[in-house]
Amino acid sequence: MSEFKLGTSLSALLFLLLLSAPSNAVIDVYEFETDAQRAQYQSLTKILRCPKCQNQDIADSNAPIASDMRREVHRLILDGHSEQEIVDFMVERFDEFVTYKPKVSPATYALWYGPWILLVLGLVVVALIASKRRRATTNAKKAADGALNAEQKKALENYITQMVGTQAEGEKSDAPHKEEKGA
Amino acid sequence: MNRRVFLFTPLLLAVALGLVLFTAIGKDPTHLESARLNEPVPAFSLQDLQDRERLHTEQSLQGEVMLVNVWATWCPACRAEHGYLIELAKRGVPIIGLNYKDERAAALKWLNDLGDPYRFNLYDPHGKLGFDLGVYGAPETYLLDAQGRVRHRHVGELNERVWQGSLGPLYESLKGAKTL
Repeated sequence: MSEFKLGTSLSALLFLLLLSAPSNAVIDVYEFETDAQRAQYQSLTKILRCPKCQNQDIADSNAPIASDMRREVHRLILDGHSEQEIVDFMVERFDEFVTYKPKVSPATYALWYGPWILLVLGLVVVALIASKRRRATTNAKKAADGALNAEQKKALENYITQMVGTQAEGEKSDAPHKEEKGA
Repeated sequence: MNRRVFLFTPLLLAVALGLVLFTAIGKDPTHLESARLNEPVPAFSLQDLQDRERLHTEQSLQGEVMLVNVWATWCPACRAEHGYLIELAKRGVPIIGLNYKDERAAALKWLNDLGDPYRFNLYDPHGKLGFDLGVYGAPETYLLDAQGRVRHRHVGELNERVWQGSLGPLYESLKGAKTL
């Protein structure tokens, strides 16, 4: 008898838990007429930035202002406004801060063109260094060529081959020693 | 010689970067200028908090230099600044309340219990005017000139330090310009 009571109260409790779950899980649900509108909503809430919890987009934020902004985005999409119009609407109220893709204006030239300028500067520096180095090596070669006449060069080459030859011989004579040592 | 000068470029770059970063020290990244700066308050039509029959429009915020204080009973910092607002009102600073996303009964009780520093209160239960103004969290305080244009916005608690630091001098200069 008491077991039965326990069972019913437990199942009643579980039932209550089931009832409460959906209300917690859903933050806001918006319905759209077309898939294009849904896609537009998703992309817009990703490029709009929450003014309260900075560094979060409004899709990601639980701040009251972010939920207000999502509601407005939804309303404006259903009213048939374009993406640019909706971004402008938000910028009018919350300033350029609110968009992750700021407009190209004198204040944002450095942001938009800075990386390209740095890239070009870097390429110029690399080209300068490369050409300088090439000039230096050709100069050295020329200097080396000019320093010796044909006879001296031949003598030098003979000397080098001789040296290489004796070295090779030396290695040969060295080799058995090494083997002995190794053994 | 030329090459030696060249050797200083990394040092110069490091110093330049250091200067850029140094100027950012102490800057509050959460401080945002109002998008409505030097622009008129957007058009609205809202009920008075105390008197439902009375309707306010943007014209209610024109005619003199004034503060518009965005507040709500759910906002702890609003409670913290309330005493200072009463003091400012005593000094003769006109303050209009914008009751933001709140319930009328709770707001009326608040004014009854804590005192009422406001000339009148706009009742904005859905935060419509708040949204158009760019309010992103109470409390916020806007300084309007006599033409009803936004001249400054302070986000967060208003106190003596904030008043002396930014709002007070601006308020005085706007008032001075008006009497001239």
